[in-house]
Amino acid sequence: MSDLKALYQEVILDHNKNPRNFKKLEDADCSVEGYNPLCGDHYTVFLKMKGDVISEITFVGSGCAISKASASVMSTVLKGKTRAEAEELFEKFHHLVRGEMKDEADIEGLGKLAAFAGVSEFPVRVKCAILPWHTMKNAVDKNNETVSTE
Amino acid sequence: MSKLESILDTFPVDRIRLDFPILASKVHGKPLVYLDNAASAQKPWPVIDAVRNYYTAQHSNVHRGVHYLSELATQKYEEARVKVQKFLNAGSEREIVFVRGATEAINLVAATYGKIKIKPGDEVLITEIEHHSNIVPWQILCEEKGANLRVAPIDENGEVILDEFNRLLSGKTKIAAIGHISNALGTVNPVKQMIEMAHRKNIPVLVDGAQAVPHIRVDVRDLDADFYVFSSHKVFGPTGIGILYGKSQLLESMPPYQSGGDMIKSVVFEKTIFNDIPHKFEAGTPHIEGAVGLGAAVDYVNSLDWKCVQEYEQALLQFAEEEITAIDGLKIIGTAKEKAGVISFVMEGIHPHDIGTILDREGVAIRTGHHCAQPAMKRFGISATARASFAFYNSREEVQSLLHSIQKVKEIFVHV
Repeated sequence: MSDLKALYQEVILDHNKNPRNFKKLEDADCSVEGYNPLCGDHYTVFLKMKGDVISEITFVGSGCAISKASASVMSTVLKGKTRAEAEELFEKFHHLVRGEMKDEADIEGLGKLAAFAGVSEFPVRVKCAILPWHTMKNAVDKNNETVSTE
Repeated sequence: MSKLESILDTFPVDRIRLDFPILASKVHGKPLVYLDNAASAQKPWPVIDAVRNYYTAQHSNVHRGVHYLSELATQKYEEARVKVQKFLNAGSEREIVFVRGATEAINLVAATYGKIKIKPGDEVLITEIEHHSNIVPWQILCEEKGANLRVAPIDENGEVILDEFNRLLSGKTKIAAIGHISNALGTVNPVKQMIEMAHRKNIPVLVDGAQAVPHIRVDVRDLDADFYVFSSHKVFGPTGIGILYGKSQLLESMPPYQSGGDMIKSVVFEKTIFNDIPHKFEAGTPHIEGAVGLGAAVDYVNSLDWKCVQEYEQALLQFAEEEITAIDGLKIIGTAKEKAGVISFVMEGIHPHDIGTILDREGVAIRTGHHCAQPAMKRFGISATARASFAFYNSREEVQSLLHSIQKVKEIFVHV
């Protein structure tokens, strides 16, 4: 049960049940779809940029608790970040959920994102956590192609 | 004691479980509760021993050498074909083609029978409940030929609407392809009746029996199926081998599928004379140990008392459905009158993938997702379900473990 508690942390369950920024952004500069054909997770991430800064980020869609909470927490973390900062967090989040981030201080430095550290114990669920981030990255890169993780 | 209880209590499940060594294993420190039988069934000792014995004492190539081992391997391979013939009650072993699995069997029929029979404007009829493997080969064929794929709808219980199926059998229909038992919902289709409907209009029928052979005894002549396909691994045999049954006159009318060795009588550069059925469809060195293992699986299945097995499986399903239905916030998808060992369900506010992860940590193996039947999922307005699927080696205690682990899911998700 301890692994499961580490996976389904309070933060994740809360964001799954009450996802933040869970709406379509009518005046978005860019929107990209992300899809996981294996389990059917399906999200669209909307971005509004002010110069180099993400001024608004929202999402819609459906999927498992891990993917939905990941999208929700991501949206709260990235608002106000620059492109470069968003990409840096993308890299860090990847390291975290793949279990490649070993230093406690580094993990704690990620704030709310640290709640996803438990995902690394569940290899088949890593793709659930990173789907929204891949989708966001394509949106930031203005690449409109649908993201697919398997 | 109720009838249900007495069936559950008297079936020798403990003894049967000893035949399947993997069932004694642990996952995540918990006893394995294997409820993913619709994806693939586990293997009994006789199958494991037959494959091992084949490799240690019988192996060589088939239909070739004059030496002892080649003759022995050929004999074992062809014996397996006869076992399958009897298993399906086919008229002749010439009607039994070894393929990689049900998927390849359907592709074979689409690529050969379909190739010569389907013309622009023709129709292929399937149902809304099919596995992707009984959709996509026909879709591709229809695209190539300028033909149309027609789909008989299912109702809210997950049963094919027979009037619609009958209506869609038209003068343009060149073949109907229907599942015997649905992998996603467990619905048992009335295939005998559906075949009769099609035959009244002279339309041949392919039956996808992948989910049927582990649960019911199939008689292809009683069904009057024109083609019947299944995969060995779902009926306790090895992976990578399966069966295409076809009526001999149909198989004889069909061009070869793949070409190469073993499927020819003679080759000169001007012309090749193809071998007789079934060898015409078995190019290259076949999956000999797979066939031997499948033969052993068929023997094993035949050794069971099937009246008792079916009674037990139905009792276990009824018990599980009654208990699961009582769980608040849980809904079973697929409530056909006739069902075989499958319970597909959804839980309010909890994604099937999360259910699957939590159950796994309790040792309970189920399938989550769309079960390669996305159109059927769409019919119910969902993208995925959690699916527990049973075999005769599953016990009442395992159903209780399933129920217990579903409570864990609720504990984790509901307290927020």
